Amino acid sequence: MTRFFKIWMLLGACLFLAACSGDGTWGWYVIDPSTAQGQSNIRFLVGGFWATIQLSLIATALSMTLGLLVALPGMSSNRWVRLPSRVYIEFVRAIPLLPMLFWVFYGLPVVMRSLGFPITIDAFWGAIITLAISDSAFTAEIYRSGIQSIPKGQTEAARTVGLTYGQTMRYVILPQAIRRILPPLANQFIYIVKMSAFASVIGMQELTRRANELVVTEYRPLEIYTLLILEYLVLVLIISFFVRWLERKMGADESR
Amino acid sequence: MNADRVIEIRSLNKSFGDFQVLRNVDLTVSLGERIVICGPSGSGKSTLIRCVNGLEQYDSGSITVDGISLSEPGGVDKVRAEVGMVFQQFNLFPHLSVIENLTLGPMKARGLSRKEAEALAMQYLERVKIPEQALKRPRELSGGQQQRVAIARSLCMKPKIMLFDEPTSALDPEMIAEVLDVMVELARDGMTMLVVTHEMGFARKVADRMVFMDGGEIVETGTPADVFEAPKTRRFKSFLDKILQH
Repeated sequence: MTRFFKIWMLLGACLFLAACSGDGTWGWYVIDPSTAQGQSNIRFLVGGFWATIQLSLIATALSMTLGLLVALPGMSSNRWVRLPSRVYIEFVRAIPLLPMLFWVFYGLPVVMRSLGFPITIDAFWGAIITLAISDSAFTAEIYRSGIQSIPKGQTEAARTVGLTYGQTMRYVILPQAIRRILPPLANQFIYIVKMSAFASVIGMQELTRRANELVVTEYRPLEIYTLLILEYLVLVLIISFFVRWLERKMGADESR
Repeated sequence: MNADRVIEIRSLNKSFGDFQVLRNVDLTVSLGERIVICGPSGSGKSTLIRCVNGLEQYDSGSITVDGISLSEPGGVDKVRAEVGMVFQQFNLFPHLSVIENLTLGPMKARGLSRKEAEALAMQYLERVKIPEQALKRPRELSGGQQQRVAIARSLCMKPKIMLFDEPTSALDPEMIAEVLDVMVELARDGMTMLVVTHEMGFARKVADRMVFMDGGEIVETGTPADVFEAPKTRRFKSFLDKILQH
């Protein structure tokens, strides 16, 4: 906790000094909470938090589910079962996020319409679908490494006490694997939070989009983007803190 | 088919790549029979008993357990419901308590309620003489205790046949006796047992039949009294000489 405090002190000091050196090149007034304009600007910027959080949480939940569904057949002893999973991972992993976002947002509705499913995809769901699919290739590999790190004897013992494949995964393998892969999964969550900034280019009103819009009206990119970065920092630090707590709780649970 | 024959293994062959681990193995086990399988490492003895409950697949031949063929659809699952197994490395579930290790199978595979499963589990923990460890995690137990938990976990599924794959090989010497005692008791209660072990004292005490394997084949079988007295083959004699030397 004291380490967090030191970071805040340092950042606060930097901003304070920057604000004091008002020789005309800085314009902290745009986000000065003591003025009405500054307050309203800050409110506008911070108003993007909820959208970023929603986007990241839903995309992460989908990515983790999808990743598991891709990882499980990827470990089959039958190569024909393994193949689709392998192809999915290699293919999805190779697509850069931004082009994929454009393709999903502008292209996918056209494809769906031609298939007889006239759907509209708004910026919110377009971003979620893209982030979830793009990230699922990575979570799938994380699951695979976690599951394969559990000794084979665990599966054998579970099968000999009559558990099915699904029950073996659910009650024996995954509870042990999740503990081991929690840190890399948390990394992916943080990665998604940061990559959700791309949703701004298709018009999603999240943190980055709002900063961009304010820059256009205020012409103060340095100050506004600095605050934007700090907003992401706060978000990521909160996640890190939560993950530490979760790890401790799970670790304690295991050694009980 | 004779109802007494619970396991029938017919001309079983298996290879790992170029290496043939099992060559034309035939073995018939009657209900209540205790068989000790021994042989040098790499002789195929573990692979043989792992084939019996489908943990290893075989290339040719047939295995029938309690009238169920392993090769019939769903055969492996049906056979596993009849066959318990104890491993060299215990393979307890480290994230579950001792009692949860025991109740998992009965609850999920047999559909028992938690209460019923726990009553059953306690009954078997008493039998392996560690009911007081029920709420601990496996890692808090000694190796001997862990192996006894593993035996109790198998017994909770009420198997007709128990397979033991070198159950005492990973144990410190002072813990071997407590595990063997449990196994001797099990044998006295009439359990059908296939035991891969080098514990010749145990074999002498409980085995109805000794099976000696070498190079993937069954080289010699006989009652312990006969084989310890006068092994028929040179290979078995030299194996016994080696393990009984000290």
